Amino acid sequence: MVTAKISCKKLNAWFGKVHSVRSLDLDIRPHEIFGIIGPANSGKTTFLRTLNRMNDLDLHFRMDGEVLLDGQNIYADMTAEALRSKVGMVFAMPMPLPMSVFDNVAYGPRMHGMRDRKKLAEIVERSLQEAFLWEEVKDRLGMSGMKLSGGQQQRLCIARTLALSPDVILFDEPCSGLDPISTAKVEEAMLILKKEYTIILVTNNIKQAARVSGRTAFFLMGELIELDATEKIFTAPKDKRTEDYILGRFG
Amino acid sequence: MDRTLRRTKEFIVEGLIFLSGITSILFVVLIFVFLLKEGLSLFKEYPAGQFLFGTGWYPISEPPRFGIVPLVCGSLIVTVGAIMIAVPVSVAAALYISELAPVKIKDFLKAGIEMLAAIPSVVLGFIGMVTLVPFVRSFFHIPTGLTALSGSIMLAFMAMPTIITIAEDAINAVPKPYKEGALALGATRWQMMYKIVLVAASPGIIAAIMLGIGRVIGETMAVMMITGNSAVIPHSFLQPVRTMTATIASEMGETVYGSEHYFALFALGIVLFIITFIINFIADLFLHRKKI
Repeated sequence: MVTAKISCKKLNAWFGKVHSVRSLDLDIRPHEIFGIIGPANSGKTTFLRTLNRMNDLDLHFRMDGEVLLDGQNIYADMTAEALRSKVGMVFAMPMPLPMSVFDNVAYGPRMHGMRDRKKLAEIVERSLQEAFLWEEVKDRLGMSGMKLSGGQQQRLCIARTLALSPDVILFDEPCSGLDPISTAKVEEAMLILKKEYTIILVTNNIKQAARVSGRTAFFLMGELIELDATEKIFTAPKDKRTEDYILGRFG
Repeated sequence: MDRTLRRTKEFIVEGLIFLSGITSILFVVLIFVFLLKEGLSLFKEYPAGQFLFGTGWYPISEPPRFGIVPLVCGSLIVTVGAIMIAVPVSVAAALYISELAPVKIKDFLKAGIEMLAAIPSVVLGFIGMVTLVPFVRSFFHIPTGLTALSGSIMLAFMAMPTIITIAEDAINAVPKPYKEGALALGATRWQMMYKIVLVAASPGIIAAIMLGIGRVIGETMAVMMITGNSAVIPHSFLQPVRTMTATIASEMGETVYGSEHYFALFALGIVLFIITFIINFIADLFLHRKKI
């Protein structure tokens, strides 16, 4: 058994009175793509946003249980800012910050005190290359990030996350607004990124989970129904509900 | 027959609505025409150059001098002072209200700001006269507390509700993904507000400041009561000044209809009108600027 990168113990989360994540126990291994599928309101996104404490911003959010990152409790042993630079996040809607392509990628490192121009330029180039965007934008780094196409914007958002050299990257339905070609590019990037990073992918697109994730978890009504290697989930699910969802009988 | 009747009715109703719609424009145009007609009459007898660039405003000396430079300077110094005080406080307040304050405090603060906007300016002027003016006098050891500084402080209070309300709208309109994006990259809340929210909201905040300036420069009652009303070119904030508005308000009652002095006050009105028009125009430009 490999040591877990992220380990959740008896994790519960509420928004007001809604119990969105119910008593979750699961381990995420280093350098895997961990797919999470499930119908709307199944707690997938809430779970994901618990992992980098983005839920803290919501006044009605409550949680108990533990989330450990490399053995450290993310809600007790570190600040939210330190956690978020280790656990990056890519959102469903690609939304570059209102600044140039270069500044979008350099934003994170600059904020954490990086001033050296040469190093910044190196980081920006490396991040854009890792996100498969460098070739398309290398001649127009000064252009506003908002002027890129949707797929490029999403890869820019991936690049700005990579610029911080995180350990884990959370993808929250990263391709829901993208066309098939852009989706393929983002997926290709993910498969290469898993060598360096641990990836957790929440997706509404079952086929996407089948294509890229090593293990897949099925969430329903805030509960983890089934977790197994992706082939098993998609070919021989143990739970009737998993089967029904994958075959499109509900959700 | 019935049809023509109905069409006439439609025509009349549409006409009435149209009239109501253009009334406001019509009034502005009429006011402007009236101002121009009265104001420009001055230049038949008094050279425009001496009016615009003259450094003395002595309307009842012999011969009278109508140089508006001291009055424009008075308005300018009071406005600059008020804006320097009001802008940092207002922008910080707007940030606090929209980004940090818990719901209850937010409602309470918003109500408070509306109350501040509802205080009549003569009341603010009166309060300033009995509290601020003696304080300024004793604090700086100057012969009188009726200074540009006192006016600036009081006017800052009047500009704040305008600036806060509009700046807060602009800050609220910053898309949530910007904020989340910055936070997800490990920004602290302050870094997020400073680098992302303020930048993204800057057109709206500039518009808010412009409207605040417009409010301040057109204000009459309070400045007339506490700035000392001496029409000299000010060299510091601790001197009495007289603004354009205060000049018009205090002298209009004493002039003879159709006299040079009377026309000069209207000409001063034109200058004021043009200044506020430009300021509002700039604010509009920023408010309706296309999103990036």
